[in-house]
Amino acid sequence: MAVLRDERIGLRSMDDIIKARQVVRDCAIFQGLSLVDQTKLVTAASELARNTLIHGGGGEMRLQALNDGSRRGVKVTFIDTGPGIADIELAMKDGYTTKGGLGLGLSGSKRLVNEFEIDSKPGKGTTVCIVRWK
Amino acid sequence: MERIPILKMGPYLLVTIQVDMHDRVAMTLQDELTARIVSDRAQGVLLDISSVDVVDSFIGRMIGNIASMSRVLDAETVVVGMRPAVAITLVELGLALPSIRTALNVDAGMTLLKSSRKSNNGRPAR
Repeated sequence: MAVLRDERIGLRSMDDIIKARQVVRDCAIFQGLSLVDQTKLVTAASELARNTLIHGGGGEMRLQALNDGSRRGVKVTFIDTGPGIADIELAMKDGYTTKGGLGLGLSGSKRLVNEFEIDSKPGKGTTVCIVRWK
Repeated sequence: MERIPILKMGPYLLVTIQVDMHDRVAMTLQDELTARIVSDRAQGVLLDISSVDVVDSFIGRMIGNIASMSRVLDAETVVVGMRPAVAITLVELGLALPSIRTALNVDAGMTLLKSSRKSNNGRPAR
């Protein structure tokens, strides 16, 4: 699998989240995703970037443009070293929230992408990886 | 900090969101809009999101809050101009905004506000 682009962006403030939305959009356009797929990916990235900032205490986003020969896609990884998630199954449920939000961040973003992986260890941090293929 | 202008159009307020929504901008809009509904005795709010290309759950919640707050202040909110890609994404995200009235554009939204006011017989004039 070829990686055509690979960049990292710090997620430390709300301005970084807006910047993250813009670079994810640019990359999705670069990879030829349709407008609906771009919107789904950017929305999922916005939810997860907000999680990294609010729940993870900040972290970083890694953005990669992928080409596996037959198809192109965009992979976005969100990494924080915050408190982690004790019960991932519970955190993935629609409507479950610890900070007064709508509880759609994780479960909703999973529905907006083709691949979704979450890895979290209490006390160590959380990594969420999403891929949207063209 | 960027602010979202609130324009008065007869008995209605028109809010056109043209910036990439910062959380703080959204909170300021809620405060200013509710204050203007009261000071201008507005009967309705048109929230134009035709320039908005991403509505995540935070912005979606803000739109829902604005509609609820204005309803409590006796003004109806109509969200106008949602892009098709945003509508598809919102529903898949799980945020269908069932309690929000929508119209395809500002004209249609205005017509909706006018007709909903007429049907409220017996309501005291402002």
